[in-house]
Amino acid sequence: MGFFALYFIIIFLALGVGMFPMLKKIFPESDPFVMFNSFIFYWILGDLVIRFFFQKLPVMNVKPLLTLPLKRKKVVNFVLGKSALSFFNFLPLFAIVPFGVTLIFKDYNVSVVLVWMLTIVIITLINNYLNFIIESLSAKTELSFLPIILLSGGLFVLNHFEIINISELLAVGIQSIASNPLYLVVPVLILVGLYIFNFKILRDKLFLDSSLKTKTQEVHASNLEWTKKFGDIAPFMQLDLKLLWRNKRPKSSVWMLILGLLYGLVFYPNPEYQDKEFFFAFVGIFITGIFLINFGQFIPAWDSGYYKLLMSQNIKYKQYLKSKYTLMTFSVIILFVLSIPYVYFGWKILLAHFAAAIYNIGVNTHVILIGGSFNRKKINLNERAAFNFQGTGAVQWIIGLPLLILPMAIFGIANWLFSFEIGITVLIFLGVLGIVLHEKLMKFITKKYLASKYKMIAAFDQDN
Amino acid sequence: MITTTNLSKKYNGNQVLNIAHLEIPKGQSFGLVGNNGAGKTTYFSLLLDLIQPTTGHITSNDIQVDLSEDWKPFTSSFIDESFLIGYLTAEEYFYFIGELRGQNKADVDALVNQFEDFFHGEILKQKKYLRDLSKGNQKKAGIVAALIGNPEVIILDEPFANLDPTTQIRLKKIIKDLGEQKGVTVLVSSHDLSHVTDVCERIVVLEKGEVVKDIVTSGETLKELESYFAGTLEV
Repeated sequence: MGFFALYFIIIFLALGVGMFPMLKKIFPESDPFVMFNSFIFYWILGDLVIRFFFQKLPVMNVKPLLTLPLKRKKVVNFVLGKSALSFFNFLPLFAIVPFGVTLIFKDYNVSVVLVWMLTIVIITLINNYLNFIIESLSAKTELSFLPIILLSGGLFVLNHFEIINISELLAVGIQSIASNPLYLVVPVLILVGLYIFNFKILRDKLFLDSSLKTKTQEVHASNLEWTKKFGDIAPFMQLDLKLLWRNKRPKSSVWMLILGLLYGLVFYPNPEYQDKEFFFAFVGIFITGIFLINFGQFIPAWDSGYYKLLMSQNIKYKQYLKSKYTLMTFSVIILFVLSIPYVYFGWKILLAHFAAAIYNIGVNTHVILIGGSFNRKKINLNERAAFNFQGTGAVQWIIGLPLLILPMAIFGIANWLFSFEIGITVLIFLGVLGIVLHEKLMKFITKKYLASKYKMIAAFDQDN
Repeated sequence: MITTTNLSKKYNGNQVLNIAHLEIPKGQSFGLVGNNGAGKTTYFSLLLDLIQPTTGHITSNDIQVDLSEDWKPFTSSFIDESFLIGYLTAEEYFYFIGELRGQNKADVDALVNQFEDFFHGEILKQKKYLRDLSKGNQKKAGIVAALIGNPEVIILDEPFANLDPTTQIRLKKIIKDLGEQKGVTVLVSSHDLSHVTDVCERIVVLEKGEVVKDIVTSGETLKELESYFAGTLEV
């Protein structure tokens, strides 16, 4: 997930830096500052929805505090205070600060800009605490995501059809706070009100048998007999599939597939990218390899919780790794098939995706497995998934870059020196080479894993 | 069956285990006792090749455990919760272990069903993942999983901890039967002196990594052990 956090940080930074010239270009008539404020309503809505699905109150961490001689009040304040330090609250800063600095450089009144930035920070915190209220109120209902959808959808509709022009009102409000800091009292009061409300909800729930109770999941047993076709790796395939489906964190790497598949839509419809062929290879590697990267970067840390068991059992490392390899290979094939509709944007794209898929199967799977042998960080399978950096270390970065950049560079150079077709051929050739050498490579990789067996066991035994 | 020679383990210069020679014959039920930090788990981990010895080696059935993996088919163990796979149900876990040990579902079912009263209706058909079971129930599942596939050597670290009294008594019977009827070598560690003396034919006391007592269990053993540990307390 580390990739995605960095990805978002970069996007927000780019947004913050590019916002001023962009708004100037699109709306030459109006003041970019005013324009930006009129969009804040949509940002708040989007932020709320995303928070609802990904951000949870860090309530489980307080269990050990309950028996200590601390006032309940203090514990509740600790939990609520800690939530303010969430990644979600820092992310907007990456956009707000550069934009604010640009404003100051463009000779806007410094104090106005500073107050404005402060206002945005307060709004972010308001969102933070509003989200927890929505969550706790909707937690009891069966379709818990319905209230948030209705609320945000309702507000959006009201605004869109100008029944109540909320975005306009909000923009005016923020504008007047910025020019008259006295009005800051209003958002601050809202924030305090929400905090107190949260405080009340939480104080009544902080008992072992209510909100601190770990939820037991119903078992979804499925018959995975079809994996028997894979012979001696079948037990591991079944285990891996259950791992993916029954644990929060790996499950999210499955959901990421959908996001990854849509990634091409960011570039392909844009005519500016139509002739940048080296980009096709990059997008192709990304789209067909998103599961490979997401899942592969934490091999064998996914199994860190029971690594000792695997190591003392009668298993062959080769089968264990082969199962992971097979899983990744299948994901590449399936994702390639699903990405075929991109042919709409040109046959070259389809061809590039195909070459990228072959390259992923032949080269990247092996690279990521080798990288895994350097993995020394434990993963707790059941922790929330989004923006969880547990288990992310230097290895993921060092391995991640060549996975994406190298094929793009190889293709780009061949494409530039010779032709598009040659570039494609080179990628496919490398991929096929990897597939041909598969057995040899696996032997080498297995040795690597065996060599670091003790280190892995010791590392996975520790809580990091 | 299991021979330990000049075995030692050091962490950053601190010696945690040092056993010059220890021979465990086939079919013996062997008990390891000692205070925290005495080296019990370290010894078991070395036996399972989960950590590397600083010097010396252990051979199991003439196979040196840190050089060959051929001891794995006839050895099974339950050391701690990290031997469980939390997102499987008990049945799925048993079948998975069974597959690794070359047992089909019917074999596993036949074995597991013998332990119905040990499970006390809290393990099988629960529609619960192992991670959601209580500590005691997790332990029951782990212990029974270690019996799958006719192992010749079974290693159980603190099997009595976290179990309720009824289950402790049933477990004692299971361990005794294994040694007597099937000739299985069982290695057990425990903090509970009376349980160990009940179950084991031989008891070794570890202190700071060294073997300080090696007793063939008799009527006097429990007293001897109690006075020994009471003595170490006073020092």
